[in-house]
Amino acid sequence: MLGGSVVEAALTILLDGLQFSSYLFIVSAGLTIIFGVMKILNVAHGSFYAWGAYTAAFFIGKFSDMGLPDALGFLIIVAAAIVVGIILGFIIEQGILKYMYERDEVLIVLATFGLFLVLEDIILIAFGTDPYFAYQPMALLDAVELGGITRDVYGLTLIGVAAIVAVGCWWLLNKTKWGTLLKAVIFDREMGISMGINVPLVYTLTFIGGAILGGLGGAYIAPTISVSPGLGTEVIVLSFAVVVVGGMGSIAGAAIGSLIIGILRAIAVHELPQVELFVVFAVMAIVLVFRPEGLFAPAKPRKI
Amino acid sequence: MNNKFIRGAVGFAAVSAITLSGGMAFAKDAISIAVPSFLTGGAAGPFGIPAMNGAKMVADAINAGKLPAPYNTKGFGGASATIIPLDEGGGATKQVAEYRNLVEKRNVDAIVGYISSGNCQALAPVAEELKQFTIFATCGTPRIFEEAARKYVFRTMGHATADNVAAAMYVKEKYPNLKGYTGINQNYAWGQDSWRDFDLTLKQIMPGSSPSDKTQFPKIFAGQYGSEISAMSLDKAELIHTSFWGGDLEAFIFQGNARGLFKKKIGVFTVGGTAAYRLGKKLPNGLVLGARGPYGILVRDRDSALNQWFVSTYKNLYGTYPSGPAYQYGQAILATKIAYDKAGSDASNEQLADALRGITFESFSTTVAMNLGNGHQAATENGYGITEYDSENGENVVKDVKFYPASCVLPPEGQNSVDWIKGGMKGAKC
Repeated sequence: MLGGSVVEAALTILLDGLQFSSYLFIVSAGLTIIFGVMKILNVAHGSFYAWGAYTAAFFIGKFSDMGLPDALGFLIIVAAAIVVGIILGFIIEQGILKYMYERDEVLIVLATFGLFLVLEDIILIAFGTDPYFAYQPMALLDAVELGGITRDVYGLTLIGVAAIVAVGCWWLLNKTKWGTLLKAVIFDREMGISMGINVPLVYTLTFIGGAILGGLGGAYIAPTISVSPGLGTEVIVLSFAVVVVGGMGSIAGAAIGSLIIGILRAIAVHELPQVELFVVFAVMAIVLVFRPEGLFAPAKPRKI
Repeated sequence: MNNKFIRGAVGFAAVSAITLSGGMAFAKDAISIAVPSFLTGGAAGPFGIPAMNGAKMVADAINAGKLPAPYNTKGFGGASATIIPLDEGGGATKQVAEYRNLVEKRNVDAIVGYISSGNCQALAPVAEELKQFTIFATCGTPRIFEEAARKYVFRTMGHATADNVAAAMYVKEKYPNLKGYTGINQNYAWGQDSWRDFDLTLKQIMPGSSPSDKTQFPKIFAGQYGSEISAMSLDKAELIHTSFWGGDLEAFIFQGNARGLFKKKIGVFTVGGTAAYRLGKKLPNGLVLGARGPYGILVRDRDSALNQWFVSTYKNLYGTYPSGPAYQYGQAILATKIAYDKAGSDASNEQLADALRGITFESFSTTVAMNLGNGHQAATENGYGITEYDSENGENVVKDVKFYPASCVLPPEGQNSVDWIKGGMKGAKC
């Protein structure tokens, strides 16, 4: 009997850890892609998350009020991520960042921070201060008994979404021509330009892609939370920790970083809740001590 | 420079001086009240906006002389008040700077509001230093009047100790066979103090039950509680205490609901009242629900003229029933009127403070006795009920509501909350 409950507890911790890791990975993948290609630490990533969440929640609520089937919620989630990513990503990259690439990296971080504040305020103007609820997709999928406790299926599907995003990114980078171009730009931007790669286009598309991933994180999480002002802030801190642990600019790093932090955090919550808050940043500190570039920092060309 | 200009300038300066001095010897016919509350951030929807609505509604009614008796005289000591809404967001440092600005540059007459305990804690010494008449409306930490004597600062609602002692008493009455309890509270002063008071009280009054060794303290605004819900599901404790508020509260309810948490465990929500009207059917049945005192859903049916006026006017104006923060801000504005009525519209900060210190007044939903903290901290009853969805009317209601008198859930004057609970709550009259 004891053996059974230990297995059950381990399964629960594993699933909790995977679920939280998946959330971390989805929100940090976009951040790390943008950094890897464009060398921009995009603080406005939190806004993509917030906008994704608001857009999804708004339309899920509207559709539900109109009596349309709740299953459409999943379509809305994907559509919200894509629309938010394309619109915001395009406007920000073409309207602001394009003019800043030659500037100091610190200035670009400040610009994205400014953008974050502006976008947060636009959310207030557009959606007001009242939270939005979009629980319908979560309610639709019901719950299952796993490891002796009840789990919501929606939360478990997050693991699948993260896996799809991870495999998709891997496939895109390693199996397509587009990925080869991207890797060339990541490795050496100037050399890429001289070889005839349309780097400005690569930048625009990368930024939009990263923004879509940020929006997807928010849109997918929206049904499980109260979508309220300020929700983008928390995400920046967490995803930044993940990206630093994994190595800035590395997708594999973001995946491994998410897994390490997610599972350690789940162990902490179950076994020693007092240290839960500390775990994320302890991992970050330890990794930085031994590998200041992160676990999977992409190789850098030596420049003369 | 010509004479005309100089005369004009002197005249302007003289007029300004009279205006700025506030008309010294004359009774004022207008005063300004700054009302800080969360207008942005996660606390705005469930707290800040209803709070501001409550303050404005009561101030407007006072200006128009439309409050029910005995408050049906026009104005604040006859003066009409302008409400200056302010955002409480941005943290304590920003709020201290804003507060100084209000007093020193904008010369407001009174400052009435604040939701966050962190802000109140930071502002109390500043208010004393600037000698500014200030009423804290909602913030909960007991420390404000326990750590220092105040002269200019008041709080017109009970503090967090009352919320958690009353919760423990209600639990004892409803679930006398409780064996174990756990909690999920935000990892900062509010969450930690709330759990501490609840836990200490249960240890005193239900020695047969024991706390879990794995109580959860997630970060404020974490939003994701999957692991915590698993851990609490596996925990043997039958009861979960939480002082979650705002978006965190609602996220926790959604996620817990989806996993049947509240079907297996008793949920005690000390600030749950704010979610009752907002979540509708998504609020689980059977939760032990508090509203940080006799406010909101717990008192909707009290039939005093003041309460009926409050509920129906609020519903007409804002389309929803008033939640706790609306009541609490309304109550603080009412206290401001009472102080001005007593001291006169031209009263100094000292005179206003003298007028409010130690008085007892009828508020919208309850009797407020300013008899703690040297007459600066209010004592009111505190109560809990059990949630139930009324499908006939399509809304949440609370049943089995029970109120405990102030003397039962708050330490007597001069005693520190923690010492009082640990000492077996001596002198409590329940």
